[in-house]
Amino acid sequence: MAITYTSGEQVEVYRFSIPATILIPLTAVFLQAWLPLRFPFFTIFDLPLLVTIGFATARRSPLAGLLTGGVIGILQDALTHHPIGLYGISKTVVGFGASSLGIKLDVEHAGARFLLTIVFYAVHEVVYFMISRGLVGLRMAWTWPHELLSGVANALLGVLVFMLLDRVKQRT
Amino acid sequence: MDVLGRYRNLIVLVGVLFAQVLGLAVQVKRTTDSEPTRLIRVWAVDVVTPLERALHWVQTSTGNVWHNYFYLRGVRAENRNLKQQIERMSLEQVRMSQDADQARRLQALLAFKEQFISRTMAAQVIGSSGSELSRSVYIDKGESDGIKPDMAVITADGIVGKVLRVYRSTSQVLLIDDQTSGVGAILDKTRLQGILRGTPAGEVVLEKVMSDEAVPAGELVLTSGGDGIFPKGLLVGRVTKVAPGSELFLNIRVRPAADLSKLEEVLVVTKIDERQAQPDQTGAARAVDILAERLPTVPSKPENAVKADTSGASAPGTVAPKSASSDAKPKTVSPEASAVGGVPGARKAASSASSSSGAASGNSSGTSTVTSVGTSSRNGVAATETPATKVSAKPVKATAEPKPQPAVEDSPH
Repeated sequence: MAITYTSGEQVEVYRFSIPATILIPLTAVFLQAWLPLRFPFFTIFDLPLLVTIGFATARRSPLAGLLTGGVIGILQDALTHHPIGLYGISKTVVGFGASSLGIKLDVEHAGARFLLTIVFYAVHEVVYFMISRGLVGLRMAWTWPHELLSGVANALLGVLVFMLLDRVKQRT
Repeated sequence: MDVLGRYRNLIVLVGVLFAQVLGLAVQVKRTTDSEPTRLIRVWAVDVVTPLERALHWVQTSTGNVWHNYFYLRGVRAENRNLKQQIERMSLEQVRMSQDADQARRLQALLAFKEQFISRTMAAQVIGSSGSELSRSVYIDKGESDGIKPDMAVITADGIVGKVLRVYRSTSQVLLIDDQTSGVGAILDKTRLQGILRGTPAGEVVLEKVMSDEAVPAGELVLTSGGDGIFPKGLLVGRVTKVAPGSELFLNIRVRPAADLSKLEEVLVVTKIDERQAQPDQTGAARAVDILAERLPTVPSKPENAVKADTSGASAPGTVAPKSASSDAKPKTVSPEASAVGGVPGARKAASSASSSSGAASGNSSGTSTVTSVGTSSRNGVAATETPATKVSAKPVKATAEPKPQPAVEDSPH
């Protein structure tokens, strides 16, 4: 298993070009809104979440991670009819957590990325669930089979998304 | 200062989260119908929807070229089947128009006000919210097209939802399976009223129906008109499961008639009229005629008398002229025989009926802008239960359910 504890000096830190920083999250949000019309099952995926985790783990900067997560989440919120901030808060937490973990762990291997995505998918869902019920008062149903299935599906897709992000990231 | 630098990330995290929670709290407190759309939503929609619109256009154009010029397998057979279906439906229309006429006469007697969908606008579905927990879609018509919040959105199969937010050239439609939606609904046969809601899992349930009522599975659910958004009588769906729910109410699960996961084109109801039903002035509209139809059938005459009567009557399959005496006789329209034989008299009757009937003519002409959606749809259900209208599997679906027949405005898509 490639999850290894490394020192700050050992891990690589990457950055993304400005067009990639803008266009990739936008494309993710756009595809997330468009694909379910053609493939209804696609709603179990959360492409913006995968991009948030991918950016955060590659940059390894908690500040950049939380801000990227927050912006992507708010953009995603704006397309729903729920109050703005539900996805924003969830993805801010995920962005911060993923980048903080990225400093300590080597997440270059597919297996590590798979596990990391499952963990952060769960974190995202728990935060979203709590805010929706606690702050907004939405009726939410937590179904373990659905969450597990979605977690695995997102992790599988996440491995592919991270491979694509590897192609556009640049070593600092 | 050193502490600030050391915990800088954590402080920023707490600050960002606090700002968002504060924003959420403000939004939750201010959530009203009159609330203006937030600028951030406008920006997001302005960024995403042009891409969706472009992609949708490319996809539609490619599909049209393929289906209209290349992939034409089975078109001839389909055309033949459709022609047969038109013949069958024309005959069906004759009988339904009579029922509609009768309903209108009765409504006029009772000073009953009917709701009419007087104008609709066709729109393409170009995007979704992308979230399982927010069941809404975006359509390619907005403020510039005259769309306003709370307009009903329907398809030919059934209701879809209501317009939630309107942007310059797009609108967000809240689907009926969203947990925040609510539709006034009524069960077709039992006439029990309830509220149709979505669940977090995306199912549709009918709430507030008392548990001591008997609701059979398979019963149709129609709009009750009580919500002030959907006109009365539009098809919502069909009851799939009935179980005892919490407190005193039943848990009635409903399968929406419209396929909400595969929406492509919808109709936005831009104008609903409410006016008193007018009886058809061309036919006899006396109460005695209506009563005559309700009276027991006159006993059959001796054979020679029948022969004498039919010698002056029209061909089988045709509809006898309306009169008190003719109404007393069983009006036999044999759709199967006529459809195969293509009796001209039947077609003539069908065409004349379609020209005089408001609800029926809406679809046949294709240009009518007034469509009755009140009790006429109920009549449609009752009418199709008679054995004389037995049709093949495909048309049964078309006629067994009372579909809304909105008129499409002459506006470009």
